[in-house]
Amino acid sequence: MKTFEYKITDPVGIHARPAGILVKEIKKYASTVTISKGDKSVNALKLMALMGMGIKQNDTVTVTVEGADEDTAAAEIEAFFKANL
Amino acid sequence: MISIQGKGVSNGVALGPLYFYQRAKSTIERTTVTDTDAEWARFKAAQEKAVEQLGELAEKARKEAGDEAALLFETHQMMAEDLDYEETIQGLIQDDKLNAEAAVSDTAEQFAQMFATMDDPYMQARAADVKDVSGRIIGILTGAAQGGIESPVPVILAADDLAPSETVQLDKSKILGFITEGGSGSSHTAILARTMGIPAIIGVGKQIKAEFAGREVIIDGSNGNVLIDADSAMRKMMVSKMEEQKKARELLERLKGLPNQTKDGVNMKVFCNIGSPDDVPPVLSNDAGGIGLFRSEFLYLNCDDYPSEDYQFEAYKKVLSDMGGREVVIRTLDIGADKQIGYFNLPQEENPAMGNRALRICLNRPEIFHTQLRALYRASAFGKLSIMFPMVTSVWEVRESKKMCERVKKELRKEGISFSDDVKVGIMIETPAAAVISDRLAKEVDFFSCGTNDLTQYTLACDRQNADLGRFFNPHHTAVLRLLKMVCDNAHRNGIWVGICGELGADLTLTETFLSIGIDELSVSPRAVLPLRQKIRETNVAKVRDKILHTLMSDEQVE
Repeated sequence: MKTFEYKITDPVGIHARPAGILVKEIKKYASTVTISKGDKSVNALKLMALMGMGIKQNDTVTVTVEGADEDTAAAEIEAFFKANL
Repeated sequence: MISIQGKGVSNGVALGPLYFYQRAKSTIERTTVTDTDAEWARFKAAQEKAVEQLGELAEKARKEAGDEAALLFETHQMMAEDLDYEETIQGLIQDDKLNAEAAVSDTAEQFAQMFATMDDPYMQARAADVKDVSGRIIGILTGAAQGGIESPVPVILAADDLAPSETVQLDKSKILGFITEGGSGSSHTAILARTMGIPAIIGVGKQIKAEFAGREVIIDGSNGNVLIDADSAMRKMMVSKMEEQKKARELLERLKGLPNQTKDGVNMKVFCNIGSPDDVPPVLSNDAGGIGLFRSEFLYLNCDDYPSEDYQFEAYKKVLSDMGGREVVIRTLDIGADKQIGYFNLPQEENPAMGNRALRICLNRPEIFHTQLRALYRASAFGKLSIMFPMVTSVWEVRESKKMCERVKKELRKEGISFSDDVKVGIMIETPAAAVISDRLAKEVDFFSCGTNDLTQYTLACDRQNADLGRFFNPHHTAVLRLLKMVCDNAHRNGIWVGICGELGADLTLTETFLSIGIDELSVSPRAVLPLRQKIRETNVAKVRDKILHTLMSDEQVE
């Protein structure tokens, strides 16, 4: 299991569009990806649940990656967060 | 005449018969199914079809209104395929033995509810998206016909609110404008109306009644006014407003994409002045070549305290990326004089126009300057940035400012933050001092931009805001124009370009003069771009230059 923390810099937070591109990205991997904020967490493949988290700019989220390709997936997903969110 | 006030969210005037949107009604029956697998398969087939349709709509929207509009339907696609959404529907079909239509409808309600109760207005608006997607799937399941406009002539379309998929499916050639009961400025109807360039008025509520259908309505998107059966004086006024608009559009169609080049081949850059990132769309729609003056003051005026580096960075980045690689000249903080900000705590001055303002504040309070320059350089990675300093009077001010730029670049390099190494640095020429020593200043910078309002005021020692001084405040004064010529000559001798970003730039009676003295760029408000292009294209500089220069430089007053 791999975990990293990320502080959202995108001024709109994880709104529909960023959530959409995030789900698209995560679909590429075999691992299960979970995004948590505070005591809430969701499977990152679930677009509407993810939007429902109401993640905003400057929120810190914890991303957990678990599965066969977790090493590469975690690194690439972290890079994706940095580039897009 | 009935006058109704709404909120204009897309500019323009339109006149036509009022038409109410006919929505395909699909009443949902609730039944119990026995073969739940078959019912689930029915849903899956409808879902697949919906995703396919949304893909087509995304392409249609992309062609009509660009990538942003397409993205919306792509998000809808993802919603239709969302795991939770699907699982909830599956549960209702397989466990509760509900028919697919009712299962989708109940699920839509549940998810819409989730969005509607969020504390963020943007997220609340997403409730409409879930319902829209679900309505599509239900429509496919029940085989209901799509709504539309059944009118032989173009209409002003009224609706309670239009879902994005409804707006995109409408026959655009039949729509002159929109009126909606509800909605917000960021609703899809508003966005689509703006990209289509037709007026839209939202939030008229129940004032718009079904009995008005078919009557003549005039809508004015600039003020949100809806007039039904306008009286003749009003109608005449609105028609002339429409004609004006039509003329501007024709000018655009005729001149869009053409170079700002005179008959004898002299090129002039025509850029725009803007005050916030929201001003970019008209810059692009009027086909300007870039932004010649982005007044950064709004960032400071909009805040209750000094705006952070990140806040500024986002605004600069947005303008640079929205301008897609076209040049953007951002002017550093220019407050003081007539623009005061409370939290700066600037002491009252006897003579603010000549006081602690603009670059002077930045040099006196380097921490403010430092934050802004860091934000600017960070944003430079996202487009073609030029930085411009206002209110220069001496070479040392420019050198000290450039030193600050170097310090910022060094810091960013050390922190591993990327920035463009091709950021141009220029200054405003708006004081007689700067004009007179422009030969020396030209050796320090990459460009000049003349602020003619202040240059006129300082040169003529004449307050431009004093109504009694109207006839003394003359921007066409030979002294001002000679200074401009001097600045041009000095700039060109040193191989740099010179522009005008004051109001004078849009003065068509001076365009020939500017071309003759060698101004390279004019930065004007977006609506002045095309009239200016037209004027430039009609000019033959070689023919008028000698006479203009003679009039300007002669030691005798030439009438």
